[in-house]
Amino acid sequence: MSLIIRGITQIQEITLLTWRVLRGIFRKPFYLRETIVQMDVLGVGSVVIILLTGVAIGAVLALNSASTLKRFGATGVTGQLVTLSMVREIGPLLACIMLAGRVGSGIAAELGSMLVSEQIDAMRALGTDPVKKLVTPRVLALVIVAPALTVICDGAGVLGGVFVSISLMNQSAGVYLGSVRDALDFNEIVGGVIKPLIFGFIVAIVGCYMGLSTEGGTVGVGRSTTRSVVISSITIILSNFVLTRLILALLLER
Amino acid sequence: MRKQLNAIEFHDVSLAFNGRRVLNRMSFVVRYGEAKIIMGGSGTGKSTLLRLTLGLIKPDSGRIFVDGEEITGYAEEQMMAVRQKIGMVFQEGALFDSLSVYDNVAYRLREQRVPEAEIEQTVHRMLRFVDLDDAIEKMPNELSGGMRRRVGIARALVGSPKIILYDEPTAGLDPITARTICELALKLRDLEDVSSMFVTHRLKDIQVLAEEYVVRDDEGNLVVEHEGGRLCLVNTGVIMLKDGDIIFNGSDEELYAAADPYIVQFLDRPSADPQSAGA
Repeated sequence: MSLIIRGITQIQEITLLTWRVLRGIFRKPFYLRETIVQMDVLGVGSVVIILLTGVAIGAVLALNSASTLKRFGATGVTGQLVTLSMVREIGPLLACIMLAGRVGSGIAAELGSMLVSEQIDAMRALGTDPVKKLVTPRVLALVIVAPALTVICDGAGVLGGVFVSISLMNQSAGVYLGSVRDALDFNEIVGGVIKPLIFGFIVAIVGCYMGLSTEGGTVGVGRSTTRSVVISSITIILSNFVLTRLILALLLER
Repeated sequence: MRKQLNAIEFHDVSLAFNGRRVLNRMSFVVRYGEAKIIMGGSGTGKSTLLRLTLGLIKPDSGRIFVDGEEITGYAEEQMMAVRQKIGMVFQEGALFDSLSVYDNVAYRLREQRVPEAEIEQTVHRMLRFVDLDDAIEKMPNELSGGMRRRVGIARALVGSPKIILYDEPTAGLDPITARTICELALKLRDLEDVSSMFVTHRLKDIQVLAEEYVVRDDEGNLVVEHEGGRLCLVNTGVIMLKDGDIIFNGSDEELYAAADPYIVQFLDRPSADPQSAGA
């Protein structure tokens, strides 16, 4: 029972934090510099791992699908298959779960350590609202950066697919890229960018909440970090179903 | 209209954490210019008093006044204005790890968008006050415990707050560094007329704060003098807490003469003689 109550309390507190973040965006003081710094730290710092995972997953997708498609003589649509999988599902999910692991955990650990070493209290004592100074810039930064990283991940996946198709499946690059072009239309791209926008928000708000609700010293910081990764990953995967349904209904199946 | 006689007032303040009473209908005042030493064992609610004064936590019942203004029902935004009047020195300094000493001290002014030239001047002045101008470019992890707390004091002094709260600023320090910290508190009390709450459980801190004072000599140098056998005019009081209650509130002489067994045990001095205590 207490677990359920704790869960409900956490949802309530995260909702309140979200409200304070949204309100903070439109009220002075604005922390533009912090937001840009966070975009650099959280976003630019993640480009390499996103590229690597994207290329690897794209290559594996091409490898698996091409051998199946070959039986139907349809290897020409490998590019289309890889691209649609990447843009619709794997790109957003993979990029944002990587972000939850790399960035969400970092946010929770940083804010958690600041809390237990009284730096958050010091900030309040010096007249600064920690939500505006620490949470809002991180949320804004991730909401902006997550879609960009997802596009990079998608692109890397398609390139990974090209590499496999040409070198291992003996396809021509022209055929592959042609089928990629066929797969992509405007709605497909918009649909693929809406998801990471929401996922980025989830990673940031969960990381910040877990950090700021740390209890019990350094052990607590470790616990908050783990929780932030677990909860944001699960929330991303669950909300992905709802988002996919919405995007299919509103953008792609009209 | 309330007559403003006291920098800080607590009226019947109670607070409980997870069903455990931390403060039990606590009432006391800190007069303007007074240094109030808060003593007591660990977990008796000493630091909680400071956090309540700053509005970082709210009491379950009772009223708290800061500079004549009741802050009990204030929202976070309203508290921000009150906090401008208060400087807080945290236990371990609570310096921002990611900022240099300069940026830590400059923090409050940066937030207020003060011009950089003015910030630089203030930061240098504050660091000179705590005798740390050579550490200006260092990061907090390069500093010793005593230096961190002195930077914490410098940071708390920015904006010339009239109230300063010290949360065990001398805990875990060697006697010489601890004395330096106490002398800084003396300078603020006697030269800047700062009111303060000084949480500690070191007896030596009481001796320094309650028996010594700072004056300027004829050449303008600062000199720490001991009250000796003279009439005590030092503006310092002592509060002793036990299990969320105030068991003593008075002068250091009265504390040494108190018969309460807990105080006697705490002072580790069965027959204390205030005249010989600090001589």
